[in-house]
Amino acid sequence: MIDPGKSVQQSAKKPEPVAALPKLITGALFGLVFGFLLQKGGVGKYNVLIGQLLLQDWTVVKIMLTAIVVGMLGIFPLHHFAKVNLHIEPTRVGANIIGGLIFGAGFGLLGYCPGTAAVALGQGSWDALFGMAGLIAGSWIFAELSGWTKRTIETWGDLGKVLLPDLLPVPRGVFVVGFALALTVILMLLQQFTTR
Amino acid sequence: MNSRANTHPLGGAILKCAYLMGTLVLILLCAAADAGASVDARDYPGAAWSPYFVGVAIGVLAWLTFYFSDERIGASSFYAQLAGFLGKVVTPRHTESLAYFKDKPPRVSWEFVFVIAVIIGGAIGALTGGEFANEWLSPMWVARFGDSIALRAMIAFPGGLLMAFGARLAGGCTSGHGISGTLQLNLGSWISVICFFIGGIVVAIPLFKW
Repeated sequence: MIDPGKSVQQSAKKPEPVAALPKLITGALFGLVFGFLLQKGGVGKYNVLIGQLLLQDWTVVKIMLTAIVVGMLGIFPLHHFAKVNLHIEPTRVGANIIGGLIFGAGFGLLGYCPGTAAVALGQGSWDALFGMAGLIAGSWIFAELSGWTKRTIETWGDLGKVLLPDLLPVPRGVFVVGFALALTVILMLLQQFTTR
Repeated sequence: MNSRANTHPLGGAILKCAYLMGTLVLILLCAAADAGASVDARDYPGAAWSPYFVGVAIGVLAWLTFYFSDERIGASSFYAQLAGFLGKVVTPRHTESLAYFKDKPPRVSWEFVFVIAVIIGGAIGALTGGEFANEWLSPMWVARFGDSIALRAMIAFPGGLLMAFGARLAGGCTSGHGISGTLQLNLGSWISVICFFIGGIVVAIPLFKW
């Protein structure tokens, strides 16, 4: 187990080809739980995922928004008291939008996303294998073009690390509470107006 | 810096991408023309557990991965690492020369083990709930497109391909951006996840409703 006091100090050394064993063990444990929960949540099922994109079955959005509300109400206090690091990817508006739309188009075709394809494979939905092969191929194609995307798309609207609270003149804590409340209202409306 | 001069050798690659997209649209149109009656996702089995319970549990799991592993939940890098391992076997020098693998050398990372465990966790979830599917095609797919596994592969493979490319460009997937990034209130994650759903809806509705 990694000492949480020390975890807030980022290490700068080059990563080893295989991560330290205690860390891999935590990864395996948390992965088991995540896969189990996603399966029980129904999001390994093709019809549940496609149902969300057809705006018929709102399971995916309900799980995501609930996880976001609960997650943020824990992560921000923990970070405030220096117990955890934040893991923020830089905001690159061009790459986020173009990459996001391409991802979405692929999601619509495959009907599983990268994590839920793993769950689908585990639950015996073998068509996920075609998608996983595609995911490996697509990752390779991106790597081939990565020199080019780095010079072009990834420079379009490169804002660095930006959090939503940075956009408004309110303290972070106030924003977190307000945003959690707003998402909760959306969840209550979804519960009211959707059948699944 | 003049980036235009640098794009020249990639003109061919972009053309190939355009061809790929064109072919894909054609396959889609053929598939849709052949399609059966419009189907409703709610006619098929849903979740075993409440989405709110599962959502709360995933939120708590996010606290634990931050606290104990100093990592955020994510999935798509797993496939990039697999691609990197394969690349290192087939063409090691070329693989190491690629910008992406220079930044992120393929390794057995926390996320790599995490995703393998997700497969096993999914199997445990299905087996404990009597939901192990053991099928090549979802009944909803069959109702719309018939029982050809080849047609499913022709749609699913390019789907996965586009998805991985998009995830790498956007910097994450439905887990990395959609759960972990959004709960940290990362602006780029919220932009990305909204685009994930826009892209998905734009493709899924013609596929299933027209």
